[in-house]
Amino acid sequence: MTKSFRSIAILVPLAIIFAGAIFGCSNSTTPTTGVNQAGAKPSKVTLLNVSYDPTREFYVEFNKSFADVWKKQAGQDVTVEQSHGGSGKQARAVIDGLEADVVTLSVGYDLSAIARKAKLMDENWQSKLPHNSAPYTSTIVFLVRKGNPKGIKDWGDLTQAGIEIITANPKTGGGSRWNYLAAWGSVLKRELGDLKKLNDPAAAEEVKAAQAKAREFISQLYKRVTVLDSGARGSTNTFTQRGLGDVLLTWENEAFLAVKDLGPDKYEIVVPSLSILAEPPVAVVTKVAQRKGTLEVAEAYLQHLYSPAGQQLAAKHYYRPAIPDSISDEQRKQFLNVELFTIDDVFGGWDKAQAEHFDDGGVFDLIYQPGN
Amino acid sequence: MSTYSVPTDERTSAFRWPSFKQFVFKQHSVLPGFGLTLGFTLSYLGLIVLLPLSAMFLRAASLTPARFWEIVTEPRVVASYKLTFGTSLVAALVNSVFGFIVAWCLVRYRFPGRKILDALIDLPFALPTAVSGIALTAIYAKTGWIGQFLYPLGIQSAFSPLGISIALTFIGLPFVVRTLQPAMEELDGETEEAAASLGASRWQTFLRVIVPSLLPPLLTGFAMAFARALGEYGSVVFIAGNQPMKTEITSLLIITKLEQYDYAGATALAVVMLLASFVLLLAINLLQWWTGRGYQRG
Repeated sequence: MTKSFRSIAILVPLAIIFAGAIFGCSNSTTPTTGVNQAGAKPSKVTLLNVSYDPTREFYVEFNKSFADVWKKQAGQDVTVEQSHGGSGKQARAVIDGLEADVVTLSVGYDLSAIARKAKLMDENWQSKLPHNSAPYTSTIVFLVRKGNPKGIKDWGDLTQAGIEIITANPKTGGGSRWNYLAAWGSVLKRELGDLKKLNDPAAAEEVKAAQAKAREFISQLYKRVTVLDSGARGSTNTFTQRGLGDVLLTWENEAFLAVKDLGPDKYEIVVPSLSILAEPPVAVVTKVAQRKGTLEVAEAYLQHLYSPAGQQLAAKHYYRPAIPDSISDEQRKQFLNVELFTIDDVFGGWDKAQAEHFDDGGVFDLIYQPGN
Repeated sequence: MSTYSVPTDERTSAFRWPSFKQFVFKQHSVLPGFGLTLGFTLSYLGLIVLLPLSAMFLRAASLTPARFWEIVTEPRVVASYKLTFGTSLVAALVNSVFGFIVAWCLVRYRFPGRKILDALIDLPFALPTAVSGIALTAIYAKTGWIGQFLYPLGIQSAFSPLGISIALTFIGLPFVVRTLQPAMEELDGETEEAAASLGASRWQTFLRVIVPSLLPPLLTGFAMAFARALGEYGSVVFIAGNQPMKTEITSLLIITKLEQYDYAGATALAVVMLLASFVLLLAINLLQWWTGRGYQRG
């Protein structure tokens, strides 16, 4: 072997690395499918829907339904690929370059992060679709053991002596933040009577006192949580498989599934008198869709969620439809009546709630500070 | 390709450290392909190890030193260091003792099922950590097979530092066993016989002859089990209970920061963990070098 060859053997792979690093940074992607420059539609189009964990089965059915509709409407075959995982993790993947045409995540905060951090869509994404861009909603309910041995009926019962609560960590589980916010809002409602007072300057003193009560309640509540799982599915397991705790705070659709899959003879659902309207939002990742030429089909895909077919499928998978009129009486009966408040009503939107309660140094952290 | 050639003098002067010349000479004597393999090694390590690590340091560098310090010394973070390092140390120590016995048994004795036992050792390597975490939690929780006997005795075996130590012991076992096995197989039987014939008791032979020669590999195994435990996430989150200040490991705090899109904060914690493990590994390597030399002299 000649000496020059030896040097080349060292240099060439290094050169490849640097070349790779340089080209890797220069975001050069070619449009894969969709409408091409000339405007003629190709016969096939592929969408990527990046979603969170519990929507997997729903979207399998929904994608089929949409493919049929789009074939009739535009004559195109559409394949929708699905990606599921924790909501925050999925949003980070999109920010870091996962080519999602649409995102359907569990909290608005994660979508705002995509808009703000990666500038992949408008910051006012939430106003682009009806009902706050949430075609289906859910709420937070209690899952208790059969017969409700501890007699848990409403939020106030949770902090009675001897009750063990299971819920996930709101800092790591997107959906678990809804649990926390529901509990907080329930106290405000009890103290104030009318949540409109929150925006009434005349009631400022009263609101301040109510917020302090809410903080105290949340602090008591989380002190009764012995296992703080990192995600909602994990805490469902802790409650059902490990047999820990007296009550599980969870999404309504998750509670329905637990009862259906794990036995109606073991658990029952308790619906509190008041809870939060949990709105898992959806949005087109406009920059990506534009680049891929899939904007039109991506928009139609999300619109289809609001169609009667989409609403019925959501209800089938235990999500409350945004437009209740599109489902049958039979389907509507499964959702019990509960008074719901929104995150905008009580917390002034996701960004504010996140900063105040869940960011480092926020209220949730303070609960666990030594001395508190 | 043939027009490209570097004058020999210039090339060697680019690599100043003395050992390189020695390697070049060795290459001519026994095995060819040094240049090729070194080139491959450098680029492979660069791509797989150094590039991601430098990206991590770069991200952490976006913080001011004051902010960095503030993040990595927060009380909750400090509590997580104590827990992570404490439980990792316990797990590595437990593995050193029991891993030693397991390796000894597998190397020194022949019994039916030995091969199967030997294969079982690797299972914690192969298993997805989340699976082991779920399985361990099922066993050690209040209602689990083992937990139901421990809880009445006041031993909280899951959702406690003890539970974390159990998970870390599980994933660390193969490191100790697999580093000790070859060293035990190479033990010179004659030295032991000589010791016995010179009147040493079994215990003396073990302490004076066997242990010193096995100390370096034992330290390696300990260090690897320890380092592995420090970064473990998957199996621990299920059994830890994840209560702030009490049972929250540092890896979980890193994930927590990522969920807030606080990339810089997350990498700051990662940098601390990395530096700490690096210092520990370095210390153990020095110790190992020192004990190894002591043995050769004696």
